[in-house]
Amino acid sequence: MSTLTLRELESQVERLRREGEGALARCQTLQECEAVRVRFLGRKGLVTRLFEGLKDLEPEARRRAGRLLNELKGHLEARLEARQRELKARELEAQLERETLDVTLPGRPARLGALHVITQTLREIYQIFKQMGFEIYQTREVETDEMNFQLLNIPPDHPAREMQSTFYTTKPGVILRTHTSPGQIRVMRERCPEPIRVILPGKCYRYEQITPRSEIQFTQVEGLAVGHHVTMSDLKGVLVEFAKRMFGPGTAVRLRGSYFPFTEPSVELDIRCILCEGQGCRVCKGTGWLEILGAGMVHPTVLRNGGYDPERFTGFAFGMGPERIAMLKHRIEDIRLFLGNDLRFLEQFG
Amino acid sequence: MRVPIRWLKEFVDLDGAGITTAELAERLTLAGLEVGAVERVPDPERLSWDGIVVGQIVGVEPHPNADRLVIAHVDWGEGPVPSVTGAPNVTLGTQGVKVAVALPGARILNAYGEEPPTLEVKTVKIRGVESRAVICSEKELGLSDDHTGVLVLDDDAPVGTPLVELLGDEILEIELTPNLGRCLSMVGVAREVAALTGAKLKLREPRWRVAGEPAERFARVIVEDEELCPRYTAAIVRNVKNGQAPFWMRYRLLEYGMRPISLLVDITNYVMLEWGQPLHAFDYDKLKARAGGRAPTIIVRRAQPGERLTTLDGVERELDEEMLLICDEAGPIAIAGVMGGLDTEVDENTQNVLLESASFHAINNRRTAQRLGLSSEASLRFSRGVPPELCGRGATRAAELMRRLAGGTIAQGLLDAYPGKREPKTIRLETREVERLLGVRVEPRQVREALARLGFGCRRRRGGLDVTVPYWRLDVEIPADLVEEVARVLGYDKLPATLLKEPLPPQRRNRPLELEERVRDILTGLGLTEVITYSLTSPESVAKLGLEGPFVELANPISRERRVLRRTLMNLLLETVALNRRHRDRVAIFEVGRVFLPEAPDAEGLPKEPRRLGLALAGRRHPLSWAAEPRDADFDFYDLKGVVEALLAHLGVSRSGEKDVRFEPDQHAPFHPGRAARLVVDGEPLGVLGEVHPAVAERFELKGRVYLAELDLDALLAHAADERVYSPIPRFPGIRLDLAVVLDARVPADRVERLIWQHGTELLRRVVLFDVYTGPPVPEGQRSLAYALFYQSDERTLTDEEAQAVHARVIEALRRELGAQVRGLEA
Repeated sequence: MSTLTLRELESQVERLRREGEGALARCQTLQECEAVRVRFLGRKGLVTRLFEGLKDLEPEARRRAGRLLNELKGHLEARLEARQRELKARELEAQLERETLDVTLPGRPARLGALHVITQTLREIYQIFKQMGFEIYQTREVETDEMNFQLLNIPPDHPAREMQSTFYTTKPGVILRTHTSPGQIRVMRERCPEPIRVILPGKCYRYEQITPRSEIQFTQVEGLAVGHHVTMSDLKGVLVEFAKRMFGPGTAVRLRGSYFPFTEPSVELDIRCILCEGQGCRVCKGTGWLEILGAGMVHPTVLRNGGYDPERFTGFAFGMGPERIAMLKHRIEDIRLFLGNDLRFLEQFG
Repeated sequence: MRVPIRWLKEFVDLDGAGITTAELAERLTLAGLEVGAVERVPDPERLSWDGIVVGQIVGVEPHPNADRLVIAHVDWGEGPVPSVTGAPNVTLGTQGVKVAVALPGARILNAYGEEPPTLEVKTVKIRGVESRAVICSEKELGLSDDHTGVLVLDDDAPVGTPLVELLGDEILEIELTPNLGRCLSMVGVAREVAALTGAKLKLREPRWRVAGEPAERFARVIVEDEELCPRYTAAIVRNVKNGQAPFWMRYRLLEYGMRPISLLVDITNYVMLEWGQPLHAFDYDKLKARAGGRAPTIIVRRAQPGERLTTLDGVERELDEEMLLICDEAGPIAIAGVMGGLDTEVDENTQNVLLESASFHAINNRRTAQRLGLSSEASLRFSRGVPPELCGRGATRAAELMRRLAGGTIAQGLLDAYPGKREPKTIRLETREVERLLGVRVEPRQVREALARLGFGCRRRRGGLDVTVPYWRLDVEIPADLVEEVARVLGYDKLPATLLKEPLPPQRRNRPLELEERVRDILTGLGLTEVITYSLTSPESVAKLGLEGPFVELANPISRERRVLRRTLMNLLLETVALNRRHRDRVAIFEVGRVFLPEAPDAEGLPKEPRRLGLALAGRRHPLSWAAEPRDADFDFYDLKGVVEALLAHLGVSRSGEKDVRFEPDQHAPFHPGRAARLVVDGEPLGVLGEVHPAVAERFELKGRVYLAELDLDALLAHAADERVYSPIPRFPGIRLDLAVVLDARVPADRVERLIWQHGTELLRRVVLFDVYTGPPVPEGQRSLAYALFYQSDERTLTDEEAQAVHARVIEALRRELGAQVRGLEA
């Protein structure tokens, strides 16, 4: 190996700097960059080899040459890194460019199933009454005539039976409950003498023609509170609260005298028509009011049948139809849709 | 109950109180007499009576060109005007009669057809004779469908008066609840109106003018069944002349909705509507003839077995011993309070009347009316209670009307059998009771006033009132009834709305319902939609599944299709799938509901009502979409099983909940024999799932495969984890090692997996079957199952060697116990 003079080395350093810079600038890919790195900076690269020539120089010249070479190496490494970064960024950009999607294509279908609108309405009702301290209590659907009528102060052949046409089973004295009210007796008998605050949801059945306005099977939610200080004003308070929570805080309500054999006094709750806001329309039959539920103070006979002394206890009860509420809230005009189970109906509430 | 305002005003001074009909309707409604509608006469939707006035026919002459027509000259205050008419009740002799005349420009209803609905009256020539007005029929005025002749008004109708002033009215249609029997009369409604509005009540006790011989001379009354007939009264009215009732009476009957029949019958109906006392007029001479010319004896008794009576409507009725009869010595003459007998009814020749006015047992009357399928205006009132005190009033009023309108003479005195006479009811009302029930303090003076307005008598006693109940209030029995009356009169709007002051009762969770709702949330989360089907079905529909009863059967179904209570959800779900498959290529539904099992009834004799969960999948696995993969796959058994497994997992019914969950091959009628499983948890069968048998699917008109499951929800939820116990997140990395088993394709995968678990030691944490392969190079009749096994230790980082050692033992065990070809795989 011939001996290098400092001058020669200086000129070679200068040449390699230009060549290296040129080679890096010509690189179009990271692989080309790598090739350039190997050629100049690799273990047998051109720059590395120049370092070998150092040992032949005078100490003074060697120091200087060493500094020059280190500068060259550092310079090329920095250039290399910059070029690599640049190319990486360019490649990523190219990749992203290639990967462009048509974001307007529809997404892969994903959806929850729908809860039945009755279930949803029931849950709303549960929620409201739970917050007022009511427990949910369910009782059976096939009942005795005694539970469904007699213990509720409706003896056989009582004219009030005309209000509720009954499905009888072939077993004497066994019927399909016409309302959730027999649950009142069952819960009272179980809980007496505890105070009671429950709602009793469930299916009921009536012997009716199936029409847009009447069904043979429907849902009811009964409410019952029994205690030492339960009053009609409390009943009003609870029902007003319910109406406002269910139909909106601005809902106007009124109590209207009515009759149920198992309550005394008996009332019905109307809300200001939510469709016409009281102007009078087809749904409220021009009255401006919508009947929502029946209620009253539990009849002393019923309290007694439940085991409570009517001299010491009072109670209120109410009963409402989730179908009716759902029909009003969702403007459903035909009650048959609820058991019709057409998915085109049910999925509207999903 | 239809209440014409003009009639009502006879008994209560609405005008004096300045109350409009709308206000009245509102007040009644709030007090429990719900006014469903206010009908106007004439109905403004159909016509007005503008230009229709009272006229008098001053002469009638023949029509020169038509035999059937006449020319009536009508005067309405402007001299006679010709009107050509063909009405059979306007004839050459007609003179002085008051009629309703429509003048040119007025509109009347088209009596001859639907279109146009109304006609304008014009001056026209009819067969060459000028006609300048129309003498109207009831139909043309919109009063009834009667067009058989012109409407003839009463003689005192003032000529020239607009008809609307004479007959225009408003009719309240009140929907009466069963307790409001007292309001089935004008007097009863008037009492309510007066009490609720403060308008003055104008009620006079009926009086009559009697003459001649005492009534006892003519008949006797014996009540044999005091319970069913607390009072029976009868009046004798002699020498009457039957005919047509005066127009005002017929008009009121029409307004109420009853058809006028004859003067005597109309009087009984009129008084019934006025006072609420149903009446029956017997032809006295027919009774006398039955008694062989002697004075008849009226006997009130129960029917004897086999007794029969032909009622007014000409139908022969078979009677039973529960039914109360009115009889004479010759046999039954009426079914008490339901319908009179044909033999003894009044007719156009009747001269003497025995007028019945009685009180019958409400429930017995109702039962009889129902059994005979006869509901009449009389039984409507009796079944809601007619107080005995009303009998005399009704008899008096009707007899007096017969005297005045039919020219009769009333025999002296009332025949009166009154075994059920009772003192007026008195109820003790403690002062505190009003507040105890209503929750608001009402001044004792207000309580007394409210009750007094309704006719209750109040006597102050220490700490309360002794309240005497007026005779017409059969519905008032207990202090709470009085409190209701007070609240009604004061108005429920006066009650404050308070929150319950009562301490909160012990609060209990309803765990079964919470879990049921959780099931709904899980399943909707899995993309299934909830349905609610009828609980009623038919044995035929269940038979399509190959299943049968016993069922809870209805005694009075509305249709054959809904005559038993369901004992499975499966047929109902398949019907729902079929319904929706007509318009849906994908159906995924579930139902939570009770079934009814009559076998082994409970202590009350009632069926068991366990909750069931039904699931059904049919059609496309994924909604149609470019992105679905695979694009057009349909649901299969494993979709259904996946739903069930996910449900179980989310309920904590799984291995990690320390539950032994198995799906065992099952044979159940509705299912494909090779594609059904029984779900067994800790040895307890909880239901079935599978592909519906093709023959079953066909019976439900289902195309394509359908997957169906029915689980015993109560039993399943009993296994649900009450509380989840946290297990620490692994601190050390785990190792996945795979293996493949090639073995007879008939060996259940479940068996392989159980063996893996059995030999995997406590280091094995998870096993996933990730591939099932048949086909070359796997030999015919065999399949390859590939599992990923996850090993992990809680104490240390597991070394590869430790995991491999366990893995090798698993592989060895599988080889040994299954005789299978097993090899470890590179994960």
